[in-house]
Amino acid sequence: MTATPTPSASGRFPAGWYAFPHRDLLGIGQLQTHEIMFLLAEAEQWVELNRQPSKHSNSLSGLTIINAFFENSTRTLLSFEIAGKRLGADVVNMHAAQSSVKKGETLIDTAVTLNAMRADAIVIRHASSGAVRLIAEQVDCPVLNAGDGQHEHPTQALLDALALRHALRERGRTEFAEGLWGLRVTICGDILHSRVARSNILCLTALGAEVRVCAPPALMPAGIEEMGVKPFHDFDAALDGAEVVMMLRLQNERMNGQFVPSTREYRHLYGLTAKRLKKAEPNALIMHPGPMNRGVEIDNDVADLEGRSIITRQVEMGVAIRMACLEVLTRRTRGVPGWSAADMAGEIV
Amino acid sequence: MKPVALTIVNGTLVTPDGLCPGTLRCEGARIVSLGDVTPHVGDEIIDAGGKLVAPGIVDLGVFTVDKPAFHFGGITRAALMPDQNPPLDHPARVQFLAYSGKPDLWVHPLAAATVGLEGHNLAELALMRDAGARAVATGRRWIADSGVMLRLLRYAAMLDMVVVTHAEDGGLAGDAVATAGIMATRLGLPSAPAEAEALAVARDIALAELAGARLHLRQVTTRAALDLVRAAKRRGVAVTAGVTPAHFMLSDIATAEFRTFARMSPPLRDEADRQAVIEAIGDGTIDVVASGHDPRGPEDKRLPFADAEPGMAGAETLLAMVLTLVRDGVIDMPRAFALLAANPAALLGVEAGVLAEGMEADIALVDPQKPWIVSSDKMEASAGNTPFDRQPAQGRVTALYKGGVRVGK
Repeated sequence: MTATPTPSASGRFPAGWYAFPHRDLLGIGQLQTHEIMFLLAEAEQWVELNRQPSKHSNSLSGLTIINAFFENSTRTLLSFEIAGKRLGADVVNMHAAQSSVKKGETLIDTAVTLNAMRADAIVIRHASSGAVRLIAEQVDCPVLNAGDGQHEHPTQALLDALALRHALRERGRTEFAEGLWGLRVTICGDILHSRVARSNILCLTALGAEVRVCAPPALMPAGIEEMGVKPFHDFDAALDGAEVVMMLRLQNERMNGQFVPSTREYRHLYGLTAKRLKKAEPNALIMHPGPMNRGVEIDNDVADLEGRSIITRQVEMGVAIRMACLEVLTRRTRGVPGWSAADMAGEIV
Repeated sequence: MKPVALTIVNGTLVTPDGLCPGTLRCEGARIVSLGDVTPHVGDEIIDAGGKLVAPGIVDLGVFTVDKPAFHFGGITRAALMPDQNPPLDHPARVQFLAYSGKPDLWVHPLAAATVGLEGHNLAELALMRDAGARAVATGRRWIADSGVMLRLLRYAAMLDMVVVTHAEDGGLAGDAVATAGIMATRLGLPSAPAEAEALAVARDIALAELAGARLHLRQVTTRAALDLVRAAKRRGVAVTAGVTPAHFMLSDIATAEFRTFARMSPPLRDEADRQAVIEAIGDGTIDVVASGHDPRGPEDKRLPFADAEPGMAGAETLLAMVLTLVRDGVIDMPRAFALLAANPAALLGVEAGVLAEGMEADIALVDPQKPWIVSSDKMEASAGNTPFDRQPAQGRVTALYKGGVRVGK
């Protein structure tokens, strides 16, 4: 990678907490475009830090972050854990499998319990849409949504935008240095069950991208065009002219009944093969939030395509974005000038 | 308490023929005369102060017996849905519940159509009828097997009992908690197309027509389904339709931010369907407005949206919400009380619901203008799950009589 200077966040965003007037990060849907851009800009310094041999900051030293994962996760949990630790915070992971949730405790009681332990930020993943908001209403500290049901996964969308921005910058596409105006992105896969798709649709359209979504009818949510995207059932047509192709896996664990006849048939229609990729723009970027089902929605040679696939880049940006979110949301607790409770005077939203 | 002779003077009587200033006299729990009536010597005289003298509300379809809420809302009779724990599929339970509200609230249990409401084997409908069940209901469930449904309708027709059904095609509805559309898509909630209702309504009408049965669709909430009901009525099918205020006051926008107080069964629809419901109330396609009263505490409602129980505490707001339709000019006052009292009473076959000689003296004095604020924490209901929390409402019951006896005195 070339040593492109990192743009500074100062001067381009409203001063102090006005740049990000939210206690929690529950979804991209709650954010204004400039607030998304602020988080992306804040993440740049952490991308730099993460590339140094010594990747430590003491910004969040003394703070406790609880990662409460009510649904299994490997990569997101690890990413949040690394992000918290690199910022110097004490990070505790709570796995649903080990928790009293299995013993019948209600979500509210769990939330109250977490709150009583005086966490400074809680990162939550839950299998039900809206569950993270429900917990946020019960606790006194910032809450980060690490995925709630089929609703939102905001840090995934932010890291995807950051990964895109970096990849485009390296290619000299200076027109995308800030927003993604006019960038043609095709998202293909299980849109219906995907919180990643929803957050990405909100984030990419807010940044100005032209978003197409592609899925068989059974996996396409009703009224999706009202979110400002163009729906397709024909993958070849959806790929035509695409500069970015984002693939999603089939979320079999959320399916109640049969949605596609077989994975073989699904691959036949919606698998990203080297041949099919030719329908997109030459040099189109390839993305996948993981975990990948190689040989189903994406072929090996496409997933690993040098210079085109930015799948590992997405993982790298994930840590930086989560560091940025944790650092920004704890500014009030840490009394950062311009972000203290007195500065906000109860105006937090 | 034994009913004494009672004369309500200086009121505006709500009769099927219109509003008329007049006096109403009750004796021995019945209305004996109304209009230009002179009180008898020894009568208790009540001055209505020009306010409405209306029939007590007959609430066709509640999920729990919640007397304080019913009395606040002017409800003197409530038809109890069979969705109890255990379901109302046994004559003994029906008999117990039929007496549970007396004397100041009459509960009319609806017999479970099938054992355990499971949709397979017919329950003992005749025994339950003779134990006090006024109609048969499928509960908040759909009988998937059309063969079972036809046998049920034929049997109920023989017993002259109305069959109250829940119209949602189970295959389409699945585990949906919302109506398919942009709202459900944004929230990421499991959803079913609104057509799930029309499919069920079409089948139930066809089978009822075949069986010669009386069918009451407890909630019809979509334009497509209302069109089917309208057409069936025109053909002379014995079908009636109901709705609860949630579906004419609210659209699925109310579920924003995962508000579980707006989680209903069937789920709230889009704005076009809400308008269609109002239109159908106006043109007579909808016959009954009921509360669907289902108070649910935090243990059932303070959950992620899809995990929360459906339903709302609707008894206290039922009258005020129907009165919004009167103020908006959709219906007139006599029709409001036809929807709330006369039609449901006729369906249940009880001698109440209208102000007429010989009818049970279930009477509500109503101030239709009285403003108040709905407040979730201050409700009479056993839980405050109302989607109308902190909203202004207009119209309140100022006094209620059940069988000629003042309630709450």
